[in-house]
Amino acid sequence: MAKTGIGEAVARREDYRFLTGQGKYVDDINLFNQAHAWIVRSPFAHATINSIDKDDAAQMPGVVAIYTSEDFSGAGGVPCGWQVNNKDGSPMNEPKHPILAEGKVRHVGDPVALVIAQTRQQARNAAEAIIIDYTELAPAIDMKAALEPDSAVIHDEVGSNLCFDWELGDKAATEAAFEDAHHVTRLDLINNRLVANPMEPRAAIGDYDSSTGEYTLYTTSQNPHVIRLLMGAFVLNIPEHKLRVYAPDVGGGFGSKIYHYAEEAMMTWAAGQLKRPVKWTAERSESFMSDAHGRDHVTHVELALDENGKFLALRCNTLANMGAYLSTFAPCVPTYLHATLLAGQYTTPVIYCEIKAVFTNTVPVDAYRGAGRPEATYLIERVVDVAAREMNIDPAELRRRNFIQPDQFPYDTPVALTYDTGNYEATLDQAMEAADYSGFEARKREAAARGKLRGIGLSCYIEACGIAPSNVVGALGARAGLYEVATVRVNPTGSVTVLTGSHSHGQGHETTFAQVVSDMLGIDYDAVDIVHGDTAKVPFGMGTYGSRSIAVGGSAIYRSVEKVISKAKKIAAHLMEADVSDIEFENGEFKVAGTDKATAFGDVALTAYVPHNYPLEELEPGLEETSFYDPANFTYPAGTYICEVEIDPETGVVEVMSFHASDDFGNIINPMIVEGQVHGGLAQGIGQALLERCVYDEQGQLLTGSYMDYCMPRADDLPSFSVDTTVTACTHNPLGVKGCGEAGAIGSPPAIINAVVNALSDYNVTHIDMPATPMKVWQHLSNGRG
Amino acid sequence: MYQFAYHHPDNLNQAKELLTAEESKPIAGGMTLIPTLKQRLAAYESLVDLSSIAELQGISETSESIRIGAMTTHSDVHHSDTIKTKIPALSHLAGSIGDVQVRNRGTLGGSIANADPAADYPAAVVGLGATIHTAERDIAADNFFTALFETALKENEIITAVSFPVPEKAGYAKFANPASRYAIVGVMAVKTRSGIRVAVTGAAGSVFRVPEMEQALGDAFTADAVRGIAVSSAEFNSDMHATADYRGHLVSVMAARAVDAANA
Repeated sequence: MAKTGIGEAVARREDYRFLTGQGKYVDDINLFNQAHAWIVRSPFAHATINSIDKDDAAQMPGVVAIYTSEDFSGAGGVPCGWQVNNKDGSPMNEPKHPILAEGKVRHVGDPVALVIAQTRQQARNAAEAIIIDYTELAPAIDMKAALEPDSAVIHDEVGSNLCFDWELGDKAATEAAFEDAHHVTRLDLINNRLVANPMEPRAAIGDYDSSTGEYTLYTTSQNPHVIRLLMGAFVLNIPEHKLRVYAPDVGGGFGSKIYHYAEEAMMTWAAGQLKRPVKWTAERSESFMSDAHGRDHVTHVELALDENGKFLALRCNTLANMGAYLSTFAPCVPTYLHATLLAGQYTTPVIYCEIKAVFTNTVPVDAYRGAGRPEATYLIERVVDVAAREMNIDPAELRRRNFIQPDQFPYDTPVALTYDTGNYEATLDQAMEAADYSGFEARKREAAARGKLRGIGLSCYIEACGIAPSNVVGALGARAGLYEVATVRVNPTGSVTVLTGSHSHGQGHETTFAQVVSDMLGIDYDAVDIVHGDTAKVPFGMGTYGSRSIAVGGSAIYRSVEKVISKAKKIAAHLMEADVSDIEFENGEFKVAGTDKATAFGDVALTAYVPHNYPLEELEPGLEETSFYDPANFTYPAGTYICEVEIDPETGVVEVMSFHASDDFGNIINPMIVEGQVHGGLAQGIGQALLERCVYDEQGQLLTGSYMDYCMPRADDLPSFSVDTTVTACTHNPLGVKGCGEAGAIGSPPAIINAVVNALSDYNVTHIDMPATPMKVWQHLSNGRG
Repeated sequence: MYQFAYHHPDNLNQAKELLTAEESKPIAGGMTLIPTLKQRLAAYESLVDLSSIAELQGISETSESIRIGAMTTHSDVHHSDTIKTKIPALSHLAGSIGDVQVRNRGTLGGSIANADPAADYPAAVVGLGATIHTAERDIAADNFFTALFETALKENEIITAVSFPVPEKAGYAKFANPASRYAIVGVMAVKTRSGIRVAVTGAAGSVFRVPEMEQALGDAFTADAVRGIAVSSAEFNSDMHATADYRGHLVSVMAARAVDAANA
């Protein structure tokens, strides 16, 4: 029999349906009497809407309804789920984010009108017949310029484009440390704006049952319960028991499908108005201009060191782009997911960070794979690398001198986190060995003989997964709890249905979670089914993002299985006429200690549902348990990535020759799935470092609005990855797991840029902004030659 | 896309007849036309699909040239044994266009009729000194591409085939846009029986020849002969992927690589 327990590389059970075209995505769902929506979007970055003439459009064939902002006057705006306060304690500016633009458009793609017709084609035709009279306004695109007094103001009620001005750390102590420093390294860098580009564009179907008053929203979401909460309570005023949100198979999210989007509310509301289902599926070009974008930080960072290279202090200030409106979790990304990570793997004693969040006439920016942690890792690992070069210390050695040591855990950083465990030097050593770090000079010479410039770069990242506990994040401004929920339902014949609040949109939960449950219960892996994504089935849940599914969702499942076993032991004790304290559970059997008496898990399950011989006076029938697991802390995966690149000096083309990743994810349930997650993260990190960038022109037009200009990484852009792991088990969750979903995207960009800069070291290049495109590299080479 | 009538005639005369209708347009592989229609950037009353017309298909060889039917796909050009043997650079070029799906649908005739400034085929047509055959006449390559997305073709004039003279040697080197994989700069360097031809695509609004390089290569057909020759980039395209300066630099680099490929 195939091994399917914890730690086994079980093939993903969901892949058969995905690979044979049998996945069921929102766009695959078609309901009886369904109408189709087309959304009219702003062609301008910033403009007032003088008038909208929909008379001609309303007469077009097949048109069912045309809605504009007045129709949504009874609805709330799209809510923001996190409040960040300014330095002085006052709350951030939180302007209204209307469902449809109210008198003004604020980015290209801002929804202005909703057209519903019998067919999608008819809706689109009618949309073209709507006459909208705009007056273009000067846009605010560049963040620095947007904060100048003469900038156009995007939200009149705010009065400026500043969302918040926030700080973290001990400013005075940091300044004092800089004054006494032997050496200070300074660096200006940009963390480039990205578009998430999941394979499946967003889609939504609203449905309304007038006989029960129940709404259903089918949507491409990473967290259907959160959407039910936000949309029901804050936008449409539909109570939970009358609103079902169902996110079936979802084709990738990378963060962009966490948020509540206006289109979800539009479809749900319109279905109620029209008493018929209404469907919308984004075109790819719509995704580019309406899915939340990622990153987009402009940072100045300084690192103070003593004469031995010990880090004395770090300070940075960052402008973080919020886009035109606050997306669901946008304010927490540059603050609590970024500034709190600025200690990295190091003992830097004092850190101070200032963040200004800025509104611009661009698509809202929110969490994208890594969310704040890639930005933190990038600035730390770049400035450390520059410092190593300035002080003529090997980059690996400089990092080694500053690592938090294994005996220092739990370790309180100066930026609010407590790392529970880790062994950074062991991971560095393993990576250097695997990447043959010491053999680099020979490879560099060999490359030079071929006319190529070879460089090596490393990055030692830390990340924080499973953001928690709820009371702490609540104090930091989260407007939701961050626990996870699981129900483990043992069916009468002993099969198990697991209802999880985690949501799988490519992560392989159906396999991983089934491994955990079958292993714990000693039952057949195929006897365990994982159900997710449907608020009508799953009790509650906070969804999947921030690499939280195994650490938080998995722990909730673990707790529920423990409860099931505990109850089952009582039933088994009754059946075998033994004391419950003598019951042992092993390999799917309940045994009476010291005897040969045993009863199988399936018999206990059947007894629970056919309770003829059952302690009914003490115990309810049935065998189903639910847990709300609220973690005690974040988990802290960490690792070392080493990259080698070769640059063609004639063209500036960078080729990634090798990439080694050593990660400490704690205990691992399915190593194949973990490796796949690392590969995907590395691909996105290489994409950010070398290929991807979202570019607006000065008028706020999106220049990279399609794959003709937005460069997604493809297989031939990537090397064959080399990955391995080290293990320090998480100390505060039952499985000892940390999470692996984002690490690759967090740790890789600085490793690549460090390698590129290393390759260019003879050309007087100390920094190159991402993405290191051929032209940019060539320009640096040309300047260096000059 | 807007609605249109779809015709798929099986002979050239029928196609010509259909194309006399108002707002009609021939469609070859549709690799540019279909996305344009889907984005509603263009609309036609009718499309005349040329893919069922036998006269537009096939690769044939004469003693001094290879004739390729206009509706031959990039994939068929790439994989043709005749072309691999006689003009390997052309096979290589066809195999570098787009991706597998594009190469399986896109055609030689469709590409050159569209005259995208970043397409690969114009470099081959001009570099190899090909002749474009239409249903009405023959057009020399040097007279075919007239401007950005413009050719010597009259309205709805159908290309039937292109004849490529077999060169002594030829090489194609392309610097692809990392996103679209179209040519930012593509250079075809050819030693023909009647002289040297160097054609550049991607850099400017339309494919062009580089007389200075042709002269230098006439003296010595080596990469070094062109590496130092700077072309004026004053009229070159400039965008976020490549400034005119960078394109100018790449013309010299790619020309040298094209010569290396020809000599390999």
